[in-house]
Amino acid sequence: MTGAAAIGVDAGSTTCKVVAVDETGALLASRLEATHPRLEEQAAGLITALVGDLGPVEPPPVVATGYGRQLVRGAARRVTEITCHARGVFGALGHGGTLVDIGGQDAKAIRIGEEGRPIDFAMNDKCAAGTGRFLEHTAGRLGVAVADLGPRALGATAEEPISSTCTVFAESEIISLIGRGADLDAIIRGLHRSLVGRIVAMARTVGLGPPLILSGGVALNPGVRAMMEEATGMAVILPPHPQLTGAYGAALIALEG
Amino acid sequence: MSRLGHLLGYRLAGRPLLRLQRRRDERRLDSLRSGPDRPLEPPLRSIARMKEMMSGHYLEGRHASGVRPVAWVTSGASTEILLTLGFFVIYPENHAALCGARRRAQHLCEVAEDAGYSRDICSYARTDLGALLSGETPVGRLPRPDLLLCCTNICQTVLYWYRVLADHFGCPLVLVDTPFQYGPQPQPHEVAYVRRQLEEIVPVAERVAGRPFSEQEFTAIVARAKEASETWLEILERARHRPSPLTAFDAFTHLGPIVDLRGEQATTDYYRGLLAEIDRRIAAGIGAVREERYRVLWDNLPIWYRIGPLSQWLAARGVNVVASTYAHAWGELAPLMDPLHPFESMARVYLHPILNRSAGQKLEAMRGMVDDFSADGVILHSDRSCKPYSLGQIDQRDGLVNQTGVPALLLEADHNDPRSFSEEQAASRLEAFVEMLGG
Repeated sequence: MTGAAAIGVDAGSTTCKVVAVDETGALLASRLEATHPRLEEQAAGLITALVGDLGPVEPPPVVATGYGRQLVRGAARRVTEITCHARGVFGALGHGGTLVDIGGQDAKAIRIGEEGRPIDFAMNDKCAAGTGRFLEHTAGRLGVAVADLGPRALGATAEEPISSTCTVFAESEIISLIGRGADLDAIIRGLHRSLVGRIVAMARTVGLGPPLILSGGVALNPGVRAMMEEATGMAVILPPHPQLTGAYGAALIALEG
Repeated sequence: MSRLGHLLGYRLAGRPLLRLQRRRDERRLDSLRSGPDRPLEPPLRSIARMKEMMSGHYLEGRHASGVRPVAWVTSGASTEILLTLGFFVIYPENHAALCGARRRAQHLCEVAEDAGYSRDICSYARTDLGALLSGETPVGRLPRPDLLLCCTNICQTVLYWYRVLADHFGCPLVLVDTPFQYGPQPQPHEVAYVRRQLEEIVPVAERVAGRPFSEQEFTAIVARAKEASETWLEILERARHRPSPLTAFDAFTHLGPIVDLRGEQATTDYYRGLLAEIDRRIAAGIGAVREERYRVLWDNLPIWYRIGPLSQWLAARGVNVVASTYAHAWGELAPLMDPLHPFESMARVYLHPILNRSAGQKLEAMRGMVDDFSADGVILHSDRSCKPYSLGQIDQRDGLVNQTGVPALLLEADHNDPRSFSEEQAASRLEAFVEMLGG
């Protein structure tokens, strides 16, 4: 594999992603790992490995994004996730819209303009509710694998309302529900509803308009997707690699120089 | 003893020492040079005089009890009436801001919280109540009030806060109730209602001061307050220039005299000097931010404990926060002041602060400022402490984005309590905002 023209690194709070693109902006290769505490070494290692995957080429320019972007050695530029996600979605889909990115540590709603630039954004503040961590945390409490959450929410025949949108209080609520003998899948469905309600309310603050695009690790959850469609009355569009959107956007910015 | 203390500590020793300190500060400021490694111009030289004035004010405060009648007042209260009667006036909000800027507020808030005051109460109130309970203040000592004057045109918290003060000090509390303004102009009965309350301050204040009120003196003080407010407004309006000769952070710093010492001749003189210095910057083509690429409007109170780092951080990215709704609040009322009709016009003035007007009117004012100052974006500080200022900001932000087309950021913080400020979260939002400006 040759022709890598740029690399993007998204050093996120949960996963670290690196992607390489050719001079046309097409995705050539990518790597994704759970974020290590020693992020600096990890990002450097992932870049080296990716360059290795691409064969004997001159290391292309790197743009870094994500919470750990300052720790990415050799990056030509460091750009926020907001700009990179907007650029990544625009590059992958060829249009703007309202992007909802649900990552491990935060959730963002970004209105993307015609040229792939962010016009407006909102992020969750000082609270993990409405983020991937909310689902991860409660999945752990329920003893269910994260990947199984979405299908089980969709397959549930009933729904337990989770009134609290606070991760910690939601956990207390779940414990009470379990104690009352509530159906596990109904609880999971209620959790999804609670998360989606919060996300949609945030997305409305940037003027939620079609097309509605979802990215980030939580975009892989079919339950969240279905409930987002239900709550907004809009079809949810996914970019080809929802988890790599930020890194892909960073690579496109690196390509532009 | 108190008169002697006032004479020795303030008049004979304090003031000359502060003058010396000011000259030293001026020499230091004169030695500062701008350079490519410094995103901000050196501070305006007038800051040395401002420091002298404010330090002098608080120094006099240490010795004021028993020498002059002392009043504690809210920031939107009619101080002109009190100055007419020779009161020494303390603004607890300004004192709290000073504690915030010197990073002493968190500790004082915690003292108040230990005494049972909820963390949800305004951090100015907690800072001052903490200072009251602990006796700790960076200004040495605050004089005990003989009179409290509270005006509800900035918030309802002051009502409860001043009742606590009245209970603590056992002194008279005068309350001025200012009906909230939904329309652009107050109704005649509202003006009459506030005017009567202002007039009713007089007999209480006369009793406390032990001297009669002079209409003539009142007129003269209102005239000086008007002139100082007009000059302050002129200073702020100079930020329309490109590059702007001052930042909103400069305005926050130079705000002290117009809040605390409005109506005194020295204040009017001080602002004339500041205006002249700013005009010299304009004539020389000097901007406060070395490379002003983006101009931004600020809404709400400053984040006092982060003013320096925030202004440096923004300036390093070519962002000049050129104007703020907050600093303008002490200038935009100047045209309403009429020395020939002091009570009537002051009733209008005290009805009209931005915090006493509807969310729609505030949006209108901000939209006007975006145009006037050619702002490329707006930062709305969502201030956990100041509910009246922050309520409506989500809609105002949306309105600004949709009606002006400039990006607007809601930044969550608190004006005085650093525990409600997350450095990392603020940085990531500000960085994304600057990228949206094109940086």
